[in-house]
Amino acid sequence: MHLLQLKNLKKYYATQKAVDDISFSIEQGSIFGLLGPNGAGKTTLLRMITGIFYPDEGEIIFNDKRFDPLNDTLFIGYMPEERGLYKKMKIGEQALYLARLKGLTKSEAMEKIKYWFTRLGMESWWNKKVEDLSKGMSQKLQFVATVLHEPKLIILDEPFSGLDPVNANLIKDEIFELARRGSTIIFSTHRMEQVEEICDHIVLINQGKKILDGTVQGIKQQFKENLFRVQLSNELTDVRSEAFEVVNQNANQLTVKINEGRTSNDVLKYFINENASIEAFNEVLPSLNEVFIRQVEGTRTTRQFQKVTV
Amino acid sequence: MNKILLIIQREYLVRVRNKTFILSTILTPLLFAGLITTVTIISVKNIDHEKIAVIDHTGTMEGNIENTKALSFEFPKGVDSTNYIAKGYSALLYTPGGGNNGYKLISKKQLGMVAESQLEDKINETLENQLLKSKYNVDVKDLEAERKRIGSAKIDQTYQEGSEVKRGNSGLAYGIGYGSGFLIYITLLIYGMMVMRGVTEEKTNRIAEVIISSVKPFQLMIGKIIGIGAVGLTQFLIWIILLVGLTSAATALLPHETLQQAQESTQQMPGGGSMSAASGAANGFADFTNTLSQANWFLIIGCFLFYFLFGYLFYASLFAAVGSTVNEDAQDAQSLQLPITMPIIVSIIIMMNAITNPSGSLATWASLIPFCSPIVMMARIPFGVPGTVPYWQLLLSMTLLVGGFLFTTWVSAKIYRTGILMYGKKATWKEMLKWAFRSN
Repeated sequence: MHLLQLKNLKKYYATQKAVDDISFSIEQGSIFGLLGPNGAGKTTLLRMITGIFYPDEGEIIFNDKRFDPLNDTLFIGYMPEERGLYKKMKIGEQALYLARLKGLTKSEAMEKIKYWFTRLGMESWWNKKVEDLSKGMSQKLQFVATVLHEPKLIILDEPFSGLDPVNANLIKDEIFELARRGSTIIFSTHRMEQVEEICDHIVLINQGKKILDGTVQGIKQQFKENLFRVQLSNELTDVRSEAFEVVNQNANQLTVKINEGRTSNDVLKYFINENASIEAFNEVLPSLNEVFIRQVEGTRTTRQFQKVTV
Repeated sequence: MNKILLIIQREYLVRVRNKTFILSTILTPLLFAGLITTVTIISVKNIDHEKIAVIDHTGTMEGNIENTKALSFEFPKGVDSTNYIAKGYSALLYTPGGGNNGYKLISKKQLGMVAESQLEDKINETLENQLLKSKYNVDVKDLEAERKRIGSAKIDQTYQEGSEVKRGNSGLAYGIGYGSGFLIYITLLIYGMMVMRGVTEEKTNRIAEVIISSVKPFQLMIGKIIGIGAVGLTQFLIWIILLVGLTSAATALLPHETLQQAQESTQQMPGGGSMSAASGAANGFADFTNTLSQANWFLIIGCFLFYFLFGYLFYASLFAAVGSTVNEDAQDAQSLQLPITMPIIVSIIIMMNAITNPSGSLATWASLIPFCSPIVMMARIPFGVPGTVPYWQLLLSMTLLVGGFLFTTWVSAKIYRTGILMYGKKATWKEMLKWAFRSN
């Protein structure tokens, strides 16, 4: 079931087509990666999903109904890229305030805050002020404030920036746990290794348009270049075959690219005929990072201002 | 609605529990009272006492010239300009006899202004009395007694108000008008700025985006404005209680003469500024104690609260709109807030005029225009409704102010909605106008 469907969303600013006809849908309970270079339109897109902006055109279907920013935002938790907290307010009161703005009653909110503070080791923070916290600590607080009201849809914009590896892992585990319990998570970042690790499904946007949409594995398959890595027990000189070309040789490890119309079996046959003993043989799939760079590279790296006529 | 209440509650509590708020609320009236008391005491006590030796050849002075607080006159024998200091006198006065010229005062140091004028007064008085006695055979004591019997003239001002004849007191009206106009002026500036800073803080902290994903921008804006307005009312309440308490304590403790002198001295201070407000208030208070029953307190307090509240609401939303367009740069805030603080400052200038001429056309027009009506109308109301301010003017002014408040809030909400999420660049007035008047 799709929790969220975007249909032909458009949002134009005076000098930019920030979001230009984007559609995709997100499965309930999945972890969805929204990727794109700086200025691709991610934040604008997220702001439309959170009801902060109205789209110029297109529609958003949330939970099988047309998205209603007034009421549906209660089911959404949004953690913007730029962290925002009241510096002079006590941590406990701040969490309580943000939770009650989402519509929880005081007692519900207290219960949830206690649960999360205990879970993330923040019990002693209650009476501290935000200005006393380190960047990583306030990040944790922000995360708690985002997920406190158990939203159906959690939107995290760069959730790990500023976190040390231990705390990043802690938050990552919580993200998996939330998804396991049925929350849908939109995860926006430029850190591709995190996306590969966490996301089920990704969409890549650039210059306001969607340029990729699929599962992580599917996209890797789509962009594979028929590269295989062969590891031999001893070094073989002068490797030459009609079936493949050697892309890279490093002692007894070779990376080969299979020619059109041949298969991996042809590669194996060659090495067997050469009497080399094969220790390992596997396909090399491109990393998302490579796919990302390849997709975005052709275009200008920074967005240019343009005249928009609507 | 529930969410607006939550926001109001937070804005209110955060500010009221702040140490700066508690300190400034308690200290300001104490500081005022302390300042007034100190100035009073200093101006009264700080007069040097001069003992003056008089060498009087004519014999007109001895026994006739009176001592004053600052001066005492003695007529010792064998004192001259060489030994008066050694004999314990601070100055030596030669009187030439006949006419008013030729008086000589020899002293080690320059006499103070008070002492000098008193000395002149006393000499004049003595000569005058002598003249009256010798030429017209009038005894000064009889004259004084006669004066006391007649008493001084008092004007009993009455005016027709509806079917009632009311007694007027323009001094009281002046004091109340000045005081309330000035109070509203200060409020608009202080709390307007507070709203602006609050909005800018939310924007630069980036909390605005988190909050706006839960509530509508309008709810956040109006919640903040009402919350801070409530802080203002709280502060006023505490001030009024403290001021009334302190003034009655001061009246009880200080001698009546001192209070009167204090009033005179504060009234002489140069205009504008807070001191003249204090004098207005002091003036008002002095009259207030005498003629409490003459002012229509229900009307005045009711109107004050109305103009305070709606004046604040009218301007606060404008301040919020400006705050939402400001980025980290404090300089931007300065230049953007100028067009909003200008009308407030102009109002106080018009108010100064309105208070002396409450029925003039400038005062009348300015008390109708919402930009300055909160301040100017409050200066006029104490002079009498419907005498000085006809009912239609009051009603029109109130209607226009409420309408103006709805309009500025509507416009500001639109600017605010866009501004609060705009980062990086400074908004121009042209852009803000575009945000304000576009359709969605």
